[in-house]
Amino acid sequence: MQIKLWINEKEFTDDVSPDIALLEWLRSKGFYSIKRGCETSNCGLCTVLLDGKPVLSCSTLAIRANGKHVTTLEGVEKDALEIGGFMADEGSEQCGFCSPGFIMNVIAMKNELTNPTEEEIKKYLVGNLCRCTGYVGQLRAIKNYLQSKKEV
Amino acid sequence: MFTIDQYVIAESLEEAYELNQSRRNVILGGIMWLKMGKKRIGKAIDLSALDLHKIEEDEDRFYIGAMCTLRDLEVHSGLKKYFNGIIEKSVESIVGVQFRNGATVGGTVFSRFGFSDVLTVLLALDTYVELYKGGIVSLSQFMDMPRDNDILVKIIIKKDNRKVAYVNQRKSVSDLPILACAVSNTGNTWNIVLGSRPAKAQLISLELSENLHEEQINEIINVVKDKIVLGSNDRGSKEYRSILADVFIRRNIEEILLGGNHAD
Amino acid sequence: MKVVNKSVRKKDAMSLVTGKPVYTDDITTGSSLIVKLLRSPHAHALVEEINTDRALKLPGIECILTYKDAPQSRFTNAGQSFPEPSPYDRLILDKRLRCVGDPVAIVAGWDEKSIDKALRFIKVKYQVLEPLLDFTKSKDNEVLIHPEEDFKSLVDIGADNNRNLCSSESCEYGDVEEQFKNCTHIIEETYHTQANSQTMMETFRTHTSIDAYGRLNVISSTQVPFHVRRILSNALEIPKSKIRVIKPRIGGGFGAKQSVVSELYPALVTMKTGKPAKMIYTRKESFTNGSPRHEAQITIRLGSDDDGNIKAIHMYSLWNAGAYGDHGPTTVGLSGHKAMTIYNKVNAFKFDFDVVYSNTMWGGAYRGYGATQGIFALECAVNELATKLNMDPTELRMKNMLTHEQVGNKMPAYYNEVLNSCHLDKCLIKAKEMIDWDNKYPYREVGKDKIRSVGCAVAMQGSGISNVDVGAVEIRLNDDGFYTLMIGATDMGTGCDTILSQMAADILECDLENIVVHGVDTDLSPYDTGSYASSTTYITGMAVVKTCKSMREKILSEGARLLKIPVEKVEFDGKNVFSLEDDKSISLKDIANFSLVGENNYITASESHYSPTSPPPFMAGVVEVEVDKLTGKVDIIDYVAVVDCGTVINPNLSRIQVEGGIMQGIGMALYEDVTHDKKGRLTSSSFLQYKIPSRLDVKDIRVEFESSYEPTGPFGAKSIGEIVINTPSPAIAHAVYNATQVNIRQLPITSEKIVMGMLENKKK
Repeated sequence: MQIKLWINEKEFTDDVSPDIALLEWLRSKGFYSIKRGCETSNCGLCTVLLDGKPVLSCSTLAIRANGKHVTTLEGVEKDALEIGGFMADEGSEQCGFCSPGFIMNVIAMKNELTNPTEEEIKKYLVGNLCRCTGYVGQLRAIKNYLQSKKEV
Repeated sequence: MFTIDQYVIAESLEEAYELNQSRRNVILGGIMWLKMGKKRIGKAIDLSALDLHKIEEDEDRFYIGAMCTLRDLEVHSGLKKYFNGIIEKSVESIVGVQFRNGATVGGTVFSRFGFSDVLTVLLALDTYVELYKGGIVSLSQFMDMPRDNDILVKIIIKKDNRKVAYVNQRKSVSDLPILACAVSNTGNTWNIVLGSRPAKAQLISLELSENLHEEQINEIINVVKDKIVLGSNDRGSKEYRSILADVFIRRNIEEILLGGNHAD
Repeated sequence: MKVVNKSVRKKDAMSLVTGKPVYTDDITTGSSLIVKLLRSPHAHALVEEINTDRALKLPGIECILTYKDAPQSRFTNAGQSFPEPSPYDRLILDKRLRCVGDPVAIVAGWDEKSIDKALRFIKVKYQVLEPLLDFTKSKDNEVLIHPEEDFKSLVDIGADNNRNLCSSESCEYGDVEEQFKNCTHIIEETYHTQANSQTMMETFRTHTSIDAYGRLNVISSTQVPFHVRRILSNALEIPKSKIRVIKPRIGGGFGAKQSVVSELYPALVTMKTGKPAKMIYTRKESFTNGSPRHEAQITIRLGSDDDGNIKAIHMYSLWNAGAYGDHGPTTVGLSGHKAMTIYNKVNAFKFDFDVVYSNTMWGGAYRGYGATQGIFALECAVNELATKLNMDPTELRMKNMLTHEQVGNKMPAYYNEVLNSCHLDKCLIKAKEMIDWDNKYPYREVGKDKIRSVGCAVAMQGSGISNVDVGAVEIRLNDDGFYTLMIGATDMGTGCDTILSQMAADILECDLENIVVHGVDTDLSPYDTGSYASSTTYITGMAVVKTCKSMREKILSEGARLLKIPVEKVEFDGKNVFSLEDDKSISLKDIANFSLVGENNYITASESHYSPTSPPPFMAGVVEVEVDKLTGKVDIIDYVAVVDCGTVINPNLSRIQVEGGIMQGIGMALYEDVTHDKKGRLTSSSFLQYKIPSRLDVKDIRVEFESSYEPTGPFGAKSIGEIVINTPSPAIAHAVYNATQVNIRQLPITSEKIVMGMLENKKK
């Protein structure tokens, strides 16, 4: 089936199989930042923004992104460098495999929440699993990042 | 993962209904559960063009379209104010924000999953489902109906002054519940719901009095445990669920009696 | 130290956070065959007949391999130095299937849908055999897992496949029975730990191809490229010189990738077809047929006098190897030697073990590598002893455990090595202070139905494997004066590429940016056993130190020669070689550029390192929990850890290791349950069922360091990679006991076990 959508504001058209997940389709178009971590919609590694909302690309059919705007980490390099910089300053990117999905959800969070408390941050990001860091280093990084946005 | 031969964006509920009569065809919700299986789908039916993604309300009721996401439920300001945030409470432990941006209310309710927090809470409210051919049916009745090929169009919740409380326990924060318990009270009616027991949520309604003393609380617990079957699975044994049921029913009742959770 | 002991960013950090394509599946995007396995549905069976005709006819299928097509030499999957102390008990494809998921056939094709269809079309006739699913019944059981004639063990590990024994041994120091006779207090209990899964975020995956020289190129998410080369050579029956293994960025390992897991199957497909092949394990496969921690049942006997002096310890470890030996014989040793050693003051200890086969998942290496299981059992027993003695468990430990006062002492339970550095006492004192132990031990009531309590545990590990682990390093001076640091140690996100560069930069007195570090390629990198056994900082680090010192000598020598001054009269400050007597000098840049021209010397240095000792890092873990008295629910309020890893090379990265390890330990203690159905199929085979901690599960983790100085380590460093997972299980079990008087001795500690335990106690 024919689809037309935007990936990082660039128009894409393609003929897709109705059962291909957005995750696999995006990777086939060269967006390698997106990772698969599980088959049960639990890990959050594959998070992208769909019309600005964070979704699991493994559980979204490519066909359902028709007419919509998809944002991947490749399209938000400035934000990635900024948020990622704070993470790197803690060493909390570690193996980096959960980082793209995590950063996409952080971007969604900063767009949706104003001055979140620590508990609200954890709650918003709970769908992003990480096995390397124990999460506390990531929290330090995000708090520093949000603080830096306040000071501007 | 499933396979799909053909993808159809239904232009009317009638079209969707007709297509859904074939066993090989499936209406797509959030697909989270569906993708864990290997079904070979003939026609996948998409309802997104049928305006079912809105939450509307009037003086008496909330109308929640089947294609609303669990996240829509969670952040809707009207629902947040009503029942003191119990709707938000019913979804907030479900995996994560991204997951809830995809999972649909229709999918959750129609599948009548055992582990569902949402169904446990909805059953404690005055909730109805609107089926395309089957009309409007109470959620309690719907829970007992066998899965068929009708289409769930919307969920309706009546605004009343009931007080509600919800408690659940999970091994870890984003796990499925070991047991879920919702209790509500309007006038003399007490509604107790036990879900994820591990079977699907079940409601027991009792006529007592608005204020309860200890014997009445014990009576409620005994009646509920007599009528609702608790089972064992990897998350917990029957005996443990029974202990939890005691604690949860009591704690929910105490919370309501102390004056929490009533409608504005 | 100018660069060492600084929290610098990892060299690859910014690429990772911007999602650059640097992992196995990102750098092998050319056309290659997709490889999947048909796996046994039975825990124990023989393949009587297998018919692939119908499947082969499907378009898009390139080949299907069965046991008839696989080489016949047995090997081990364990990534260990040769000769491996691991039985050679595997074939790539075997007629006998020894656990659910054991591979039956390999299917290679061009699209997933065809392969999935082919998997359905393969017809197998199984002779289903009686499975042996309870490892406590394995020894001398009628059902034999490895009856094959060609089962062999290169090293004497006490293997006897006719008794289902993968390994067996006993050792004693002093006379435990004699000691127990004089003990007034004895604890005798049995503890049980699970086959926990590492669940690194990147599952197992490998890409194979034939290069221009006709050699097998393997790009794999592995921690042990050199061992993979050897294992593939053994299994495929081709010379090692025909194999090249490349390790790109990998998404975590924690030991899971210290075995060959996904490499064999695409390799065999490429050998047979000549075509590139790629295999990516699903998360489910990574659970069912990965390389989890060994399930263990450990019996402890612990005795002390009235004053709490521990006189003797006897540990018996019953280890479930599962279907294949792999890391079974080596992990078990740590349960004794890297646990009992903490209580070095004992008069006698005895350690015996049996590693048995069963028709369950084969185990592998997981952070802690056996010490974790042993420390759970022993620390729980020590806490139970404290209760019996009516003594504060931290006091009991201070009395008996290794402290800075015992530096210089020999440790009989630790291969007779000498203790060179230890701040464990300082770690425990600090941890107590941080959590306010004296005011919180043992418990206090807080509001309706809730109790808060504290629990503690101490731990040790090792740093590399004495006399075995080797790291070789090479460094080259390039034009303009930047260095290429060639290492064989494998960075799996931990940052070893960075910390080894920090060491090099410190010695060479240059900026960190001046050191280029390279990932591992067995054709180019110097030999390294790989990143496991907490060896990278300690062993490879020392090799870096030696190599860089050697490089300094060469720069000095070349600088002196170019300046025409004797070498004793010059010095090097990282930027220039300069005369000590006048103002003659030559820049590193010039030395480097000249070295590439004509008669001058190209400058490289290369050293290797091993160590006769494996100095233990130490740590104290203290936890505060809140328990609901009615439901048994346990919430972690605070976790405090104080670590002695010797000098801290990079404080940020070390801190994250501790935080990450503790979180994994909490998962093992509370949430991660391994469940099977009656037929031996793993039901906890997804993140839906097997719950690893999320960021809402633990309120806080606080980490401090109490660094000793290890004289045999680079800059005084020891190690930190594994020890960090060892304290949570016993500390939490202890806190739960303090709150509820219930001793949970089988992990995980669930709210149900607590409630049932409390009800049992009420009955008594």
